Amino acid sequence: MNTIVVGQLQRQFQDYIVSLYQQGYLDNQFTELRKLQDEGSPDFVAEVVSLFFDDCAKHFYEFYYRIRERPDHVDFKQVDSGVHQLKGSSSSVGARRVKNVCIAFKECCDVQNREGCLRCLQQVDYEYKMLKTKLQDLFNLEQQILQAGGTIPQVSMN
Amino acid sequence: MTREELPNLAESKLTALVVDDNFVNQSIHQKLLARLGITNEVVCNGKEAVDAHCSGRNYDLILMDMDMPIMNGIQATKRLREMGIESKIAGVTTRANEGEKKEFMEAGLNDFQEKPLTISKLLSILHKFDFYVQT
Repeated sequence: MNTIVVGQLQRQFQDYIVSLYQQGYLDNQFTELRKLQDEGSPDFVAEVVSLFFDDCAKHFYEFYYRIRERPDHVDFKQVDSGVHQLKGSSSSVGARRVKNVCIAFKECCDVQNREGCLRCLQQVDYEYKMLKTKLQDLFNLEQQILQAGGTIPQVSMN
Repeated sequence: MTREELPNLAESKLTALVVDDNFVNQSIHQKLLARLGITNEVVCNGKEAVDAHCSGRNYDLILMDMDMPIMNGIQATKRLREMGIESKIAGVTTRANEGEKKEFMEAGLNDFQEKPLTISKLLSILHKFDFYVQT
């Protein structure tokens, strides 16, 4: 094991994950999720966030259909129900920006603001895809550390 | 609490049922329970939870989501209590306004926790039900 390389990768990982919290992509719930990962389930976090991104994609297409394809018959109650689900799962994985967009999205549904909903829809799409890219980079760093013979640092955000 | 400080309740042979329609939450709640050594199963809605009990299965603890298709958490909790199920039921939901919480509690819950669920919230539930004694 090249300790210098491992050390550099670990510092890079720490800096990157801290930046994700500071930029608001992640919140403390992601820390809680990482605590659940262990030797028995080394890919737990990646698996759960993968489920989350599948959820995002599914909901995005559902919202797209309901809001864009049927502009004269938007069922805001149904959209709100879907947004509530997405808000819940984003909250569970610590996807802070996605969760915040969902909060704004719900407010638009409450007042039946179609244009506002459209903007939120675009924002949901942007934020979840951005987070997906960021987390993939994070997981790649983890793999590099492990392949170099190191361990993944536990980063405390308190 | 560090990983090393987490209690292992495997010797207690506790069993739990996760009732939630969201795969992300199912995965997390199952993992939380497994980390504490609690054997668990998962179903996707209240009707499946009721059906599981009708088929003779029983659990020490049920983590019940509120918003689910087919049969929601309030309906399922009422039904389970009507069936005489005395398991400890903890409502776990993102809906936290007082009115919704009251309605859910009155359906027959023993405890209520706001999502997202964490290790500390789960330990709080277990402690309340005397499944876990802090040392």
